[in-house]
Amino acid sequence: MKVKVIVTLKKGVLDPQGKAIQQTLNGMTFDNVSEVRQGKYFDIEVNENDESKAKSQVEEMCKKLLANLVIEDYKIL
Amino acid sequence: MKSTVIIFPGSNCDRDMDVALKKFGFENQMVWHNDSDIPKSDLIVLPGGFSYGDYLRCGSIAGKSRIIKSVVNFANSGGLVLGICNGFQILTETGLLPGILQQNKYLNFICKNVFVKIKNKENKYFKNIKKEVLELHIAHNEGNYFCSNDELKSIEDNGQIAVTYCDDKGNDNEHNNPNGAIKNIAGIFNKDKNILGMMPHPERMIDPFLSGEDGSLFFENLIGNV
Repeated sequence: MKVKVIVTLKKGVLDPQGKAIQQTLNGMTFDNVSEVRQGKYFDIEVNENDESKAKSQVEEMCKKLLANLVIEDYKIL
Repeated sequence: MKSTVIIFPGSNCDRDMDVALKKFGFENQMVWHNDSDIPKSDLIVLPGGFSYGDYLRCGSIAGKSRIIKSVVNFANSGGLVLGICNGFQILTETGLLPGILQQNKYLNFICKNVFVKIKNKENKYFKNIKKEVLELHIAHNEGNYFCSNDELKSIEDNGQIAVTYCDDKGNDNEHNNPNGAIKNIAGIFNKDKNILGMMPHPERMIDPFLSGEDGSLFFENLIGNV
């Protein structure tokens, strides 16, 4: 089955790319954009039919590789 | 004295490091990341570069490569492990050093000479260096050191800050911070001070005709203390 993961920077961690995107959007007349936070999205195909087993494996993957918990949070969709 | 430089796909300072180590008397050997054993060594160096194209996060893929288990065992048994630039990023990703190197604050790749202040000399890396401030070279896009407030307190309490960015007189304030690193941190130790990770490249400052000699001070001191 396919498991989807989103990794984002933790609240309070500086995101200079998000900031640059926000400023560019403001410059393109999207004046009402007050913040952009950039993240990562993963589609993971796991050879496992049991949804809870697959998700718990992906959770391990998030902790060990996909996210660095010093600065990032992950969300399994 | 024997040293080992680990080569990852995308390492590009491995040969510079090899030249530097040999120049100051190390018997150096190169080891490929996909090997599992490290030959007998007094020092292991993780060199600079762009291992695995900086995919996912800088150093994250290299931090899971086959050779890393041996590096971790060597480090945990008290062996000297030095990570320069991408090597520093790999050390944080393996968990051997706390924190992480984030993208530079102003989103620019920085390639220039900087001054760094030695903050702790009670270790083999800086013990007998007479200078307080060294001129070294940096070249990185992700050198903005970050850690949680709790970790920062623990790093400071344990004297784990190795070098900080400063001016030529040793003032390490925000005006002399090239990349936004917390507390101007350019390099840190683990608690036992046998592991050192730093963004500046001492191997690029070993020839007075090409660059400078403060890197020579680093290697001369290191081989004297190994």
